Amino acid sequence: MGKVTRRLVIFGGAAVAGGGLLVGYATLPWQTLDRARQIGAREGETLVATWVRIGKDNSVTVIVPHSEMGQGVHTSLPMMLAEELDADWSLVRMEQAPADMAFANQGLARGFLDDLTGSVPRFLSGPLDFVARKTAEAMNLQTTGGSTSVRFTGVAGMRRTGAAARAMLVKAAAAAWGVDEASITTENSRLVHAASGKSATYGEMAEAAAKFDVPVDVPLKPRKDYKIVGKPIRRFDIPAKVDGSAVYGLDKRLPGMRFAVIAASPVFGGKLKSVDEKPALAMRGVSQVVKLEDAVVVVADNTWRAKEALAALSPVWDEGANAGLTSASIIAGMDAALTKDGLSEEYASGDVDAALAGAKKVVEARYVVPYLAHAPMEVMNTTVHLEGDRLSVWGGFQDGLTARVLAAKTAGLPVDNVTLNHTAMGGGFGRRLPDYMDYLVRAVKVGLQVKGPVQLVYTREEDMTHGFFRHASVARMRGVVDDKGRVTAFLNTVAERHDPPEAGRFNYAIPNQAMRYASGTNPLPWGAWRSVDHTQLGFFIETFMDELAHAAGQDPHAFRRAHLASAPRHLAVLDLAAEMSGWNTPAPAGRARGISIREAFGTIIAQVAEVSIGADGLPRVHRVWSAVDPGEVINPATFTAQIEGGTIFGLSAALHGAITVDKGRVVEQNFTDYEMVRMADAPVQVVKVIESGAATGGAGEPGTAPIAAAVGNALFALTGVRVRALPFRLARFGAGEGAK
Amino acid sequence: MITLTINGKAHSVDAEEAMPLLWVLRDILNFTGTKYGCGVGACGACTVLVDGAAVRSCSYPAVLAQGKAITTIEGLADGGTLHKVQQAWIDAQAPQCGFCQSGQIMAAVALLKEKPQPTDEDIDAAMTNICRCGAYAEIRAAIHAAAKG
Ligand code: FES
Ligand code: FES
Repeated sequence: MGKVTRRLVIFGGAAVAGGGLLVGYATLPWQTLDRARQIGAREGETLVATWVRIGKDNSVTVIVPHSEMGQGVHTSLPMMLAEELDADWSLVRMEQAPADMAFANQGLARGFLDDLTGSVPRFLSGPLDFVARKTAEAMNLQTTGGSTSVRFTGVAGMRRTGAAARAMLVKAAAAAWGVDEASITTENSRLVHAASGKSATYGEMAEAAAKFDVPVDVPLKPRKDYKIVGKPIRRFDIPAKVDGSAVYGLDKRLPGMRFAVIAASPVFGGKLKSVDEKPALAMRGVSQVVKLEDAVVVVADNTWRAKEALAALSPVWDEGANAGLTSASIIAGMDAALTKDGLSEEYASGDVDAALAGAKKVVEARYVVPYLAHAPMEVMNTTVHLEGDRLSVWGGFQDGLTARVLAAKTAGLPVDNVTLNHTAMGGGFGRRLPDYMDYLVRAVKVGLQVKGPVQLVYTREEDMTHGFFRHASVARMRGVVDDKGRVTAFLNTVAERHDPPEAGRFNYAIPNQAMRYASGTNPLPWGAWRSVDHTQLGFFIETFMDELAHAAGQDPHAFRRAHLASAPRHLAVLDLAAEMSGWNTPAPAGRARGISIREAFGTIIAQVAEVSIGADGLPRVHRVWSAVDPGEVINPATFTAQIEGGTIFGLSAALHGAITVDKGRVVEQNFTDYEMVRMADAPVQVVKVIESGAATGGAGEPGTAPIAAAVGNALFALTGVRVRALPFRLARFGAGEGAK
Repeated sequence: MITLTINGKAHSVDAEEAMPLLWVLRDILNFTGTKYGCGVGACGACTVLVDGAAVRSCSYPAVLAQGKAITTIEGLADGGTLHKVQQAWIDAQAPQCGFCQSGQIMAAVALLKEKPQPTDEDIDAAMTNICRCGAYAEIRAAIHAAAKG
């Protein structure tokens, strides 16, 4: 980390208007710091670092460059800063940073990319390069994805900023009181010199602190001294979410605003040939029909009228090359790709081909998973208002900076002419990441043709059928178990591969292993979906490991254990999950348990699921135990909720989720045919955390990674039926006892 | 013109027969706390109270609500005091993205009116709203806490 700090991070301090202080902890040069000062500093306030402002009234405002999607980052990042600052938490407020380069976390992410770990998803660097190619603007990331907010901005930015600001306040107090810095203590936003009885609030000393240089490499607190981090702290964003006052993108209202509802070509890649606008224009409240290259949009005075009028239209589409696609043809293409030579190699160690060729018996399995929709609770939408050569945009985006640049590019305006306003976000799960902002681009295109403000809305049906889906995938696994019950070869071939690189790996000590993959087998638009490739590869690898355990005649927990002897953190997590679930005691009558372990986004998680088969022949998941080592936990309340929520998300996919394709179109339209886990089928969950003190891992995504395999392994233990294709609802287990 | 009584106040709106209550609330009267999730009665994000009963407003023509008392999330608190269900939601830190939570809270209020001390089975049966973030455990805990408090 020290290397990252010295190379990429520049500190700076200055006074600001209103008689205050600015101290910057920036990943960017001085001119950017000036920019942060312009944006962030207010009259009578002191800005300490690009991420914190201390008011004369002793208030501490932490400026957070990431989007809140319910993962709690608008609270956990300020906690990290306040901890090092020794701030009084009751004085701490949060503000989301404007979509401006001064608040980007690109440098930090890049530093980690280069130096520290291979687990940064490629999509973090992808959009940067994309935008850099296409605009003259220097571009930086505000991406909220890949579980990076706390891991990068928090660890490398917030903590150091808090510590540096505290050090400057101490210096100021030492100078004012003529005492030694070391004799000054800080607590609850106060500086105290015990010997003389002198004390001051941070607010009182902030202006004087501005005269000092910002120190580099200030030591951070040892964990044992934490007073805020590690405590369950109430989230800032929650009160507005229980009284209806939180404004989501769909809730934006402006005087004279119109509502636009869109129908894009039902076939992927199709174009709009023609549409008779008259039936819509004849309907009440409709002001306009806008034709885009691949979509038709009705603009009206409310969403419902626009939607009804859109339904009255019969657009004619040029369906293009994908009109014959079906799920079956896509899967067949993947199977074919896997039998061809020339697969790319993700990694290899030992000689897996020789080990397979020389084996008496090879265990083989083929797995299939379908496309999935993100289906966040809030459908895609964006509100835009073009006034002369200035464009205002409102919406929820996982990366506000990219949204701003895309909007500018689409409108043909300089980035400085575009204002991006963050709204609350009704879920993201990857759908609102930079590469998938089709709704924003379309809203701007519509906004260019509509007088006054307009809100573009995807109906649930449009949202469901026009996503950037979790890609479908086929895997062929081959493995060898020797007579001592040890896996000697493990070959994973898969169509297709995305992110993060870690997803195809595991920590089992297996001498000969490789992963190979085919590309270009997914014709639908696809992209990052909560936990990204872990959703497919977690299922493939951990199910196959279970099959190998069975082939070895061993208990699935003991078998995994034996292969994790040199991975102590994994072993600890695996054993804790077994202990929590009573793995070595029989499950209640009619039920069985399955186990699975993954490392995802720096967090290690083992899960045990307990299942039964209902009288209707469908699987039920009654309980899930999760043992998790994220290194450390910032906010335990949020952390547990994220693990549980991630587990439910993965469980919805495992039990129910399938986006199927017929005639080039998505079949599933709404929650009526894209079902998810609800209260009655949500398992009872127990989450236990091991804080190993290792580098901070993610919280939002790890829960999704192991659950499908844990459930499938439990279903196998119960029924002897090994289900290798998701979702489980399509499997035939025969009627069960309906154990509750 | 139809007249709707929302959170104790009368509103006259010019809405056609078929217009669902949801869109009258959201787009004509700007009660945006009530959410659109699916439009087909499948998710519960649009739940409001009509004469105290939970109604999925996306599938309920506004004209049917004439002469009845409509309560939305904005009308749940009593002045500055949150409804006990809202307070329980905060105490349990139930919302994640929060988008489903207006509907969840309204459904819970209706449940507690019907069954002041609901069992887990009662909660399973009544709380059929989708939470895509998967905050079910916190929602369940909040309902039990509200029942006690
Ligand atoms: S929006 Fe009414 S039930 Fe989904
Ligand atoms: S809190 Fe996000 S959908 Fe329920």
